Amino acid sequence: MPKAIREVYGTVLAELGDINEDIVVLDADLSGSTKSAIFGKAHPERFFNMGIAEQNMVATAAGMSTVGKIPFVNTFTVFLTSLGLLSARDQICYANLNVKFGGAYCGMSDALDGASHHATEDIAIMRALPNMKVIVPSDAASTRWATKYAVDNYGPMYLRLSRDVYPDLYTEETRFELGKGAVVREGSDVTVIACGLLVHKAMEAAEALAGKGVSVRVVDMYSIKPIDRELIIKCARETGAIVCAEEHNIFGGLGSAVSEVLAYEGCGVPTEFVGIQDTFTESAPYNELLAKYGVDADGVIAGVEKVLKRKK
Amino acid sequence: MALTAERIAELNELCRRFRIDVLTAIHAPKSGHPGGSLSVCEILTYLYQEHMNLDANKADDPDRDRLVLSKGHAAPMLYRNLAEKGFFPVEEMSTLRRMGGLAGHPNMHTPGVEMPGGPLGQGFPAAQGMAMALKLNKSPAKVYAILGDGELDEGVIWETAMSAAKFKLDNLIAIVDYNKVQLDGTTDEVMPLGDLAGKWEAFGWTVLECDGHDIEALDFCVSVADAAVGAPTVIIANTIKGKGVSFMEGKNAWHGKAIDDESFAKAMEELGGEVNA
Repeated sequence: MPKAIREVYGTVLAELGDINEDIVVLDADLSGSTKSAIFGKAHPERFFNMGIAEQNMVATAAGMSTVGKIPFVNTFTVFLTSLGLLSARDQICYANLNVKFGGAYCGMSDALDGASHHATEDIAIMRALPNMKVIVPSDAASTRWATKYAVDNYGPMYLRLSRDVYPDLYTEETRFELGKGAVVREGSDVTVIACGLLVHKAMEAAEALAGKGVSVRVVDMYSIKPIDRELIIKCARETGAIVCAEEHNIFGGLGSAVSEVLAYEGCGVPTEFVGIQDTFTESAPYNELLAKYGVDADGVIAGVEKVLKRKK
Repeated sequence: MALTAERIAELNELCRRFRIDVLTAIHAPKSGHPGGSLSVCEILTYLYQEHMNLDANKADDPDRDRLVLSKGHAAPMLYRNLAEKGFFPVEEMSTLRRMGGLAGHPNMHTPGVEMPGGPLGQGFPAAQGMAMALKLNKSPAKVYAILGDGELDEGVIWETAMSAAKFKLDNLIAIVDYNKVQLDGTTDEVMPLGDLAGKWEAFGWTVLECDGHDIEALDFCVSVADAAVGAPTVIIANTIKGKGVSFMEGKNAWHGKAIDDESFAKAMEELGGEVNA
């Protein structure tokens, strides 16, 4: 049974803490939820509960990094990328400090808590900060890689993590690379470029569409900034239609990042955007929310069908 | 060891010269913050030129003392002190707020700056983070966070006040440049600070209070703060906004106002500086 992404992250962080004494971990009274408590239990002297004070937590991490520490700041994604934004921008990114952001409950994964606890604009926010790198793991192996990558490589980094369990997509042998995406299913009629949960929904959609004779390529764009420009161009040229799929507002996130590349390169093809349609969400069981807001396999299928009608 | 009368006189003379240089630097681009730069003059000058363990030739020394100017708008006085310490030539003061020159608010392109400043409140928790990391490293270094009084309106200041006490950061020293004036008016008009010493005490801090323009008093308080055990110390330094230039003193209008030529000439006359300096 695969573990929740947050659980994988907390476990890996604790393991990395065994071998790297510079790692320090901060949380804002949600360590039991974000799973940073796993690190806290293993390395209590390097774990700091800052209370419900996210601004303080992130700026404290900025200061720690100037003394050579590798701070990981943790709380729900929505609070980290709103209350934590000032220091992220004016200290950490401005001065290119070595602080890592673990956004624990991305998208609508904190389903029942409702719109206030859903993060649907965090990619847009973090992507707009110079020096910030943005990674969206899509399974346990990619989460392990992203966490280790954050420790081993200098600079501000944002890991968009889910509260939820994602099925395994990769193996421990899979090689990941910043600035690269992975073709996780080959296809020739259309490419779904997705991240996080939506990679899995796209895989489901591709399987269903295969039965209708539609060949869908699925790309896991786990590195959103920097993004894999070559792969985007290749998919546009080879499949002639693109569907971007993300558990995020359709504005500013993965879909925007992909569109920027297509527009700049002058290789725009019909593109559909599967995501939260610029609206606030609500409290409900996760699967019901995903269905209602069109970010499930049916949403991807609808996106593919629409884009194929527009494909020349 | 207490400062000698000669050393105090030297530091006071440095302050006079720094005031001249800072006003000259602010006058040139017709933009900057004279009031808060003048009020924090003795605090920064005492720390940089007399007290802190800091050497520009060993700028990466892990055990150096750190200073975070959380009230980042007083950048010109920070720059003048860093130049005096040898982090960059004093002539660079003339590049203030110019393309490729010294930024309006401190950033880490400027040698000697430990943390960018500008958005108020944020420097304080960053200083706290330094103090926490230094403690983990068992370093003897101290961290001095220089706060404005208007800046105390920011909620994050009090978040940090709470957490620094929780973590027993006796290597963190906050100094409030308490000039009682902020941009729109007095602190009492804009946002009353009430019993300021009582507030810090209630948060678990050791509180000292002194005349922030009196080098000897600053020396005493900082030395006491350095010796603290088990709790952070705040020094409430009573200062005068615009200190040293009679018509700027206590006036919120001079918080962030460009210095016109006539005012500049008058200020130079009072401070014994040259208009063409």
